[in-house]
Amino acid sequence: MTYQPQADFGTPAIKSTEQVTLTIDGRDITVPAGSSVMRAAAEMGTSIPKLCATDSLESFGSCRLCLVEIDGRRGTPASCTTPVEPGMVVHTQTPQLQKLRKGVMELYISDHPLDCLTCAANGDCELQDQAGAVGLRDVRYPVAASHLGQAKDHSNPYFDFDPSKCIVCSRCVRACDEVQGTLALTVESRGFGSKISAGLASDNFMGSECVSCGACVQACPTATLVEKKVVEIGTPDRSVVTTCAYCGVGCTFRAEMRGEQLVRMVPWKDGKANRGHSCVKGRFAWGYAQHAERILSPMIRDQIDQPWREVSWDKALSFAADRLNAIKAQHGPSALGGITSSRCTNEETFLVQKLVRAGFGSNNVDTCARVCHSPTGYGLKTTFGTSAGTQDFDSVEDSDVILVIGANPTDAHPVFASRMKKRLRGKDGRPGAKLIVVDPRRTDLVKSPHIEADHHLALRPGTNVAVLTALAHVIVTEGLADEAFIRERCDWDEYTHWAEFVSLPTNSPETLAAVTQVPAEIVRAAARTYATGGTGRGDVSQRPKINAAIYYGLGVTEHSQGSSTVMAIANLAMATGNIGRRGVGVNPLRGQNNVQGACDMGSFPHELSGYRHISDGSARALFEADWGVSLDPEPGLRIPNMLDAAVDGSFRAIYIQGEDILQSDPNTHHVAAGLAAMDCVIVHDLFLNETANYAHVFLPGSTFLEKDGTFTNAERRIQLVRKVMTPLNGMEDWEVTQALANALGLGWSYNHPSEIMDEISRLTPSFAGVSFARLDQEGSLQWPVNDANPDGSPIMHVDGFVRGKGKFVVTDYVPTDEKTGPRFPLLLTTGRILSQYNVGAQTRRTDNSRWHEEDVLEIHPVDAEDRGLKTGDWVKLASRAGETTLRTLVTDRVAPGVVYTTFHHPDTQANVVTTDYSDWATNCPEYKVTAVQISASNGPSDWQRDYEALSERSRRVVHTEAAE
Amino acid sequence: MSSTIDTLVRMANQIAANLAHEPEPATATAEHIQLFWDPRMKASIRAHDGAGLTPVASEAIRLLADA
Repeated sequence: MTYQPQADFGTPAIKSTEQVTLTIDGRDITVPAGSSVMRAAAEMGTSIPKLCATDSLESFGSCRLCLVEIDGRRGTPASCTTPVEPGMVVHTQTPQLQKLRKGVMELYISDHPLDCLTCAANGDCELQDQAGAVGLRDVRYPVAASHLGQAKDHSNPYFDFDPSKCIVCSRCVRACDEVQGTLALTVESRGFGSKISAGLASDNFMGSECVSCGACVQACPTATLVEKKVVEIGTPDRSVVTTCAYCGVGCTFRAEMRGEQLVRMVPWKDGKANRGHSCVKGRFAWGYAQHAERILSPMIRDQIDQPWREVSWDKALSFAADRLNAIKAQHGPSALGGITSSRCTNEETFLVQKLVRAGFGSNNVDTCARVCHSPTGYGLKTTFGTSAGTQDFDSVEDSDVILVIGANPTDAHPVFASRMKKRLRGKDGRPGAKLIVVDPRRTDLVKSPHIEADHHLALRPGTNVAVLTALAHVIVTEGLADEAFIRERCDWDEYTHWAEFVSLPTNSPETLAAVTQVPAEIVRAAARTYATGGTGRGDVSQRPKINAAIYYGLGVTEHSQGSSTVMAIANLAMATGNIGRRGVGVNPLRGQNNVQGACDMGSFPHELSGYRHISDGSARALFEADWGVSLDPEPGLRIPNMLDAAVDGSFRAIYIQGEDILQSDPNTHHVAAGLAAMDCVIVHDLFLNETANYAHVFLPGSTFLEKDGTFTNAERRIQLVRKVMTPLNGMEDWEVTQALANALGLGWSYNHPSEIMDEISRLTPSFAGVSFARLDQEGSLQWPVNDANPDGSPIMHVDGFVRGKGKFVVTDYVPTDEKTGPRFPLLLTTGRILSQYNVGAQTRRTDNSRWHEEDVLEIHPVDAEDRGLKTGDWVKLASRAGETTLRTLVTDRVAPGVVYTTFHHPDTQANVVTTDYSDWATNCPEYKVTAVQISASNGPSDWQRDYEALSERSRRVVHTEAAE
Repeated sequence: MSSTIDTLVRMANQIAANLAHEPEPATATAEHIQLFWDPRMKASIRAHDGAGLTPVASEAIRLLADA
């Protein structure tokens, strides 16, 4: 089928139960009340000419092209701003309308360059389309004052801005306001001088607050804002819907191609996670797939201090298999293990854990969720019965109160943050939702254009449980708990035990303020807002029921009490009855594109797919029957324990798919020691990452554009990944794992990932109704998909909790062992930035680096002054675990006593500084609390210099001349 | 850098501290270790002489050994 852009209905869809029937051009159409006449016509297949209207934005009414005639009304109303009425009779094409529309187009074209044939928008230009639609044949106006001949702005690495082609429809300004919520654009001046401005007169797009999300480029009807790739290549000729491989929002895109060349990624309007929006990474930062550093050939070496040798697939796989078999024979199956990738597909992850369990014969498999959301798995399973969030993203539209704790969604989950901001700003007379932010830093959600948190609890890092206990104290002692809900849905005795605990005077906001550094009155106000929507006291039974939702991230989980904090959050939600409907719930913002999926697939050492403990005999029997092997019933090693066991000599081989533990895991010295101690490290990745410095076998991987499969996002939404180009390395990742399995004699014969999903579905009750055919038909499905929920489950625990009754768990504040003191008086916490992603393996190899070329250390002015530091100085950052050097940024976003950095660049070596302390239940590392000292420095530390030398040595590759 | 047994002792103590409000903390701690630690780790802590373990953790390890 030839390329078609996605249909544009002119104005947004309206959700209403009330339906209205009207007549347009002699035909009847029924649409939800509140829809515009333009939309009604579009749904009928009639496209009324338009320029300033597009269905991602509210109507504007400026171009005057969409005029219609309505019986009984005077004049020619604009169809975009006219709501439908029952019995309305509309005419979209009359002689009068034709004349008016031609007049409008004539004016537009009189001040527009006439270079269509060489313009980047040729064939994809709404101005061209409308000139044709209205029958424009000549332009009678002479060129006098005009806005042509202006300089282009090429500053942004991904798109160009050409003011001469602008028709001032203001779609870009409105997109930046309504869709993205950054409000970076405006129209300056007026008349012929009107010009889109990205900020001050001195700002271009790169220098402005623009976050390069591309919503303006997508909205622009002409070539004024256009992707550089379209300028370079031309218009696409086919499109394939696929899912982004960056964060846990899981935006779906149309990959628009010409042959096997990707021209651009355009967000899919029907994507339920992103609804037609995206961020800079998903839309633009896919160039890493063709980066020069991508490894396309398998490589091996006997010792890690030798250079790599490129070899054939057969040679690499037999080398690996020989070593693995030898280690297994000598040391037993428990000496081997694997790490599944949270960036690879569900099918690929399933195969890696199958390889470890059925092939290696142990349960030593783990995944990156260990270092991010494993406490979510433990905490929500214990309290609710499922290891995942309770809502879908759309649910935020129905929230009255939003509590964000330990999360920075405007940086880490930008597309979801834009939707949250829409709800915070309110619309059409509906007031915005109230916002409570619990974070040591003043994140953008606390204050940014049109957004201000009602309460910001700037707590001391490490005191999450204390703050949540204080909130619970207020809710219980001020009578704000929803007892009816608790009696019906939870265990009443567990509740009273918990309520007694939180009501203790030692758990009051006043007493705990000394620990948390949050003033008691702020805690009390926040608790009342969460429970009732207001800040005053009063009889809660008189208030209408409000919807309060909690969103949380790694600032909750990456602590020594991460699991306790998750359970404390669940306790608050249950205590106030905020579970089981739209607008409420407990929502973990999962980081990676498929970390939810990796966990679902049984990547944890103690669980099979669907979160069934390995000790569960009937679950094991199901797998044993299907796989034809017997499985070890004892839990295996988690990643930090694998490293300990390696140093002890009992763990000697590992297969790591798509994970860079040397850069991302804490206490780099410890990770390096563990890897160095192993006899066989197999790294399966796109690039020679840091972990590969210690590898013996390198298997090149494929990107998300080069494979079929599924990803599961933070909403439990399973979405298809569709292959658009042949893998440059020769095989899709699941084929590589299968090849390795077969080199070990396992005899696998999958022909397509859909077969792997069928196996997952057979063996996993919550996936029973999932198949590629079904996903293709529905677009996506949220698990559980079974007989009880044949179309999936957007909202969970609607009638009852998955475990039966919700469980209240007493979570006492246990301070971390990581203490500040005279030698290490500051607390370091870490986070992410919008343009770079996780360890930066993908984004550092794209133009995104222009926004964030290095990690910097945020330090408060008081602490900087004490040490004689200013922005841009090199500083030594030291902890009990190690030290490193980076540059400073002096800012008051952090509180005195707290410093902050990101970990996107390997040369920062941020994890040399982080400690071994971890969550009590899951060993999730305590990245967010490290006691440090800062002092001025001359430049990179000895360790950084040594490490750089080691990396360079380790990346030498001897290229082969011809195939063996 | 601490040795592996030091790490296991610290982990056991931490689990016990966080399960202090369970009706039977030592039993809960033992159950947690049984469900989540691999056999080598369990063998290691059972073989350990108990130095550094808090009373609840110590009791939990004893329950583990008896199981």
